[in-house]
Amino acid sequence: MERIPILKMGRFLLVSIQVDMHDRLALQLQDDLTTRIADTGAQGVLIDISALEMVDSFIGRMLGNIAAMSSVLDARTVVVGMRPAVAITLVELGMSLPGVQTALDVEKGMELLAAVSG
Amino acid sequence: MADSRLPEIIRANETEILSSWMSSQLQSLTTRRDLLTEVDLHRESRDFLAALSRAASQGGVLEITSPSYAMVRDFLANLSASRARQGFSPGETATFVFSLKQALFSQIRKSTTDVQVLADETWAATVLVDKLGLFTAEMFQKSREQLIIRQQQEMMELSTPVVTLWRGILALPLIGTLDSARTQVVMENLLQRIVETGSVIAILDITGVPTVDTLVAQHLLKTVAAARLMGADCIISGIRPQIAQTIVHLGVELSTVTTKATLADAFAVALRRLDLRVTNGSGATPAPTSAPAHHANGAAETTGA
Repeated sequence: MERIPILKMGRFLLVSIQVDMHDRLALQLQDDLTTRIADTGAQGVLIDISALEMVDSFIGRMLGNIAAMSSVLDARTVVVGMRPAVAITLVELGMSLPGVQTALDVEKGMELLAAVSG
Repeated sequence: MADSRLPEIIRANETEILSSWMSSQLQSLTTRRDLLTEVDLHRESRDFLAALSRAASQGGVLEITSPSYAMVRDFLANLSASRARQGFSPGETATFVFSLKQALFSQIRKSTTDVQVLADETWAATVLVDKLGLFTAEMFQKSREQLIIRQQQEMMELSTPVVTLWRGILALPLIGTLDSARTQVVMENLLQRIVETGSVIAILDITGVPTVDTLVAQHLLKTVAAARLMGADCIISGIRPQIAQTIVHLGVELSTVTTKATLADAFAVALRRLDLRVTNGSGATPAPTSAPAHHANGAAETTGA
């Protein structure tokens, strides 16, 4: 079964979503990521969605959930590289993901993570 | 009415009709000598009468939708369009055709002594001129509508520029009322530019937005939320005192967004967040924007969360 790879980079975890998200994949990612945070004691999670072209309310909610779960495990989540069309869709769906921090690209996201986690 | 003598009367007396039509047009109060010279009017009247005479003699005098009237219709459409552009009123444009009635009637009267024929031909002429007049008015309306639609589109494009103020700082001066369609255009333009320029701060300046109601505020907040999702912060500037009062009275929640009174203030905030400072030429006195701000503080200031 296909999985989204989770890479460890120092104190942070890097998740790059390069395939079309479907619901089971999203749930699998949620599972894997929380396990990895607990195992590694990571202080931050960076999710790169620059290749994601389509979102629905489920995927939107999943992003919000992942951020909430990570913060329970004491890791900050930064979502980077959201496309304009995806951003407009999420806003029109009424999901502005208030608990998620965002950045333009991976580089800025890493800076942000480094800054907020001290 | 099939054997109407109207075409014959028009053809035989074209010159007389033209001269009496011209004089009634020139006497009429709706003639706009400031917009149209007598020479042009004469030329237009002559061409129209010639086209009408040809069309009417090809059969079906009152069938102005028939192919034989194609030239007359084209002529009137062009005339209405040019009058609309020149700024004639609909009444003034329609009078061009309606003033033909009197000239036609007097020629019909001269051509016959039979009361029955006179009444029939007069009726035929009335119906014909009315139809042509209404067609002209319709065409006039249509060209005005096209003008309005084109201007609306131009306004839409003109009024949503995205300006780069500095590397990483975009400004979006909004002019005019924000409706759903414009918000969509504004949002798409802004997000696209954020991606292209890699900007982290966007300033929405609403100095040019005349009124802010709940709908406009909601549209603004949507734009801010979409930009934030992409990782760019928005600052709303140009809030006039009256608008600040309205926003509070309406109970619109703007606390999640940084707001500033002027674009200059917003720009200062943006510079500070990017840890940039403005100094004067000698480099001695720092400008007010240079309040010490560590980069980490700047990042931590991000709204939302």
